[in-house]
Amino acid sequence: MTATALPLPATEVGTKDRPESTRRAPRGENRAGWLFATPFLAFYIAFLIGPVLIGLVISLFNTTTVRAGLGEWAGLSNYADVLSNGDFWASMWHSVLFTLLTTPLLVLLPLAFAILVSRISRNQWFFRLAFFAPYVVPSAAVCLIFAFMYTPETGLITNAFGWFGLTAPDFFGSTSGAWFAVVLLTLWWTFGFNFILYTAAIQEISEEVYEAAKMDGASPWQQIRLITVPLLRPTMGLVLILQVLSSLKVFDQIYILLAGGPAYSTRPVIQYIFDTGFSSYRGGYAAAATMVYFVILVLVSAAWFLLRRRSNSANA
Amino acid sequence: MATSVAVPTAEKKPARRRGGADEGGKAFNRLAATCVTLFALIWLVPFLWALITSLRPNDEIAAHPTTPWSNNWNLDAYRFAWNSSPLGWWYVNSFIISTLTVLFTVFVCSLAAFGLVHLNFRGKYAVFGLILAGLMLPTEALVLPQFMEFRALGLLGTYWAVILPSVALPVAVFVFHSFMKAIPVSLIEAARLDGAGWWRIYSRIAMPLSRPAISAVAILTFITSWNAFLWPLLVLTQTKSQTIPVGLSSLVGGAAIQYAETMASAVLGILPLLAVFLLLQRQIVQGVANTGIK
Repeated sequence: MTATALPLPATEVGTKDRPESTRRAPRGENRAGWLFATPFLAFYIAFLIGPVLIGLVISLFNTTTVRAGLGEWAGLSNYADVLSNGDFWASMWHSVLFTLLTTPLLVLLPLAFAILVSRISRNQWFFRLAFFAPYVVPSAAVCLIFAFMYTPETGLITNAFGWFGLTAPDFFGSTSGAWFAVVLLTLWWTFGFNFILYTAAIQEISEEVYEAAKMDGASPWQQIRLITVPLLRPTMGLVLILQVLSSLKVFDQIYILLAGGPAYSTRPVIQYIFDTGFSSYRGGYAAAATMVYFVILVLVSAAWFLLRRRSNSANA
Repeated sequence: MATSVAVPTAEKKPARRRGGADEGGKAFNRLAATCVTLFALIWLVPFLWALITSLRPNDEIAAHPTTPWSNNWNLDAYRFAWNSSPLGWWYVNSFIISTLTVLFTVFVCSLAAFGLVHLNFRGKYAVFGLILAGLMLPTEALVLPQFMEFRALGLLGTYWAVILPSVALPVAVFVFHSFMKAIPVSLIEAARLDGAGWWRIYSRIAMPLSRPAISAVAILTFITSWNAFLWPLLVLTQTKSQTIPVGLSSLVGGAAIQYAETMASAVLGILPLLAVFLLLQRQIVQGVANTGIK
C-alpha cells in the first residue's frame, strides 16, 4: 500500500497530535484544497463573520436605520446606554425566564416518553409521527391554531380547563396566562425534536445489557433507572445545551402570538433589538444590544464546549 | 400454526423485551403503552382541531365552539382563504427560496468537507477551526447588522437576501465530513492513478457515496428554510414577495369571527411540509438524529 502518499482520512483533525508542519502538502493539492474550501469561506466570511464586524462598528456610532451612512462617532456610549437600560434587562430576563420555564420540561418529558416508547415494540412509527410532526410546521401556523384554541370562552383549551373544574387564565390579558400559553405551545411544537434525539440514543444501547439485567431479576423500573438513564447522560447533556441555546433565542412564538404583550411583559431580547432597531430606528443602540446578547450566547456555548472537553478527557 | 396467527394480538405480546418470568415487566409495558398512546393522541388534537374547524361553517362554530362534529361539512373556507390572501404567491416564494437554499448549501458545504477530508493543504487546520467555531455563532442574534449589510448591497426585498446568509452552514460541513471520512483512501488513490482530477473524484466518487448525507442535509435545510420567520419578515416587505410563515403571521389576531377561514389558511400552510414529512419520515428522523448528535 502506498496510501501514505495521500492524505489520511482526517480522523484526528482538530487534535494537537498531528501538527500541519509534519507533512508538506504537494503544490497541486494545496491549490485544489483552497479551491474546494473557497466558496464556503467566501459565504462564511461575507454573511457570518461580516455581520459580527458590522455590528461591532455600528455599535460605536449613532447610526440610524432609516438613512445610509454611519452617523456620528459615539464611542462606548451606546453600550453604557444599553447596560443601564431597564427595558433591555427586562427583555433579557424574559428570554431567561422562558428558558427556565421550557428547558426542564423539554429535557425531561421527551426523555420519559422516549424511554416508555422504546419499551413498546409495535407501532413506533405512530409515536414518531404524532410527536415529531409538529416540528415541521411553521411557527405562524402553530400560532394561528393555538391562538384559536386559546380564545376566551370559546377556545378548546379554555374550555378544557372547565372540564377539570378549573378556570382558564387570561391567555392574552395577563402576564402569567401569556407565559402559560407560550410555554404550552412551545412544548407541543418542539417536543418531537428532543424526543427523536433520545430515541436515537436509546437504539444505540445494546439489547444484551437488558437481557443480562433481566436474568438478574431487575424490574423494568430498575432497568430504566440503572441502565437506560445513566447511559443516556451524554445525550441529556447535548439536549440540555441545544435547548438552552434555542430557548434563549426565542422570538417567533412570543412575537406572533402575543407581540411581546401584554404591555411588553413577555418581550424577549430579539424583539427588543427588533423594536429599537426597526421601529425606533436607533441602529447604533440596537447594534450595541445585539453585541451584548451575542457575547452572552457565545459564552454559554463556549462554557458547554469546555465543560464537555474536560469531562471527555476525564473519562478517557 | 395457522391458529396461532389468528390468536388476538393482545395475547401474543412480541417477545423482544420479554424476559423469563416477569409478569411485572409485562404489566409495566402495558401501562407504558397506554400512557404513551394517550399522550400521542393528545398531541394530534391541534392538527385535528384545525382541520375540523376549517371544514365547519362559521355560524355553527360560533354556536357550538367545542363540538367536533358538523351537520354541514364544506370546503368554502378554503376557497375564501385562497382568494383573500396571496397564498399562491407565498407558496411559490417559499418553494423557490427553499429549493435554491438547499442546492447552494449542499454544493458549497460538501465541497468544503471534501477539501477538508481528502486534500492536504496549508492552513487546513485553521479553516477547520474556523468552521468549528461557526457552530457556536448565534446567527439569529445578528439580524440587525445583517440587515444593514444587505441594505448596503442593495439586495433587500429579493430572494437572494433570504438565500445567501443561510448557505454557509457549519453543521452541514460536519455531516458531510463524517460521511466522506468513511470513503476508503485506496479508492481515491486508485482514481488518482487513473488520472482523475480532484473535481472528478468529488463529483463521481465522493458525492455518490455520500448520498445519505446529501439527503439529510437537503431535507433539514429545506425544513429550516421553509419555516424561517424573523429574517424573511425583515427583508421581504412586499405582501406578494413574502414566504408562507411571514404571510400567515399577518393573519394571527385578524378578523376574530372568520374561524374557519383562519384555520383553513393554517391547514394550507401546514400541508406542504407535512406531506414531505409523511413521505420521507424515516430519512427526516434519521437526519435529525445524526445532525443533532454530531
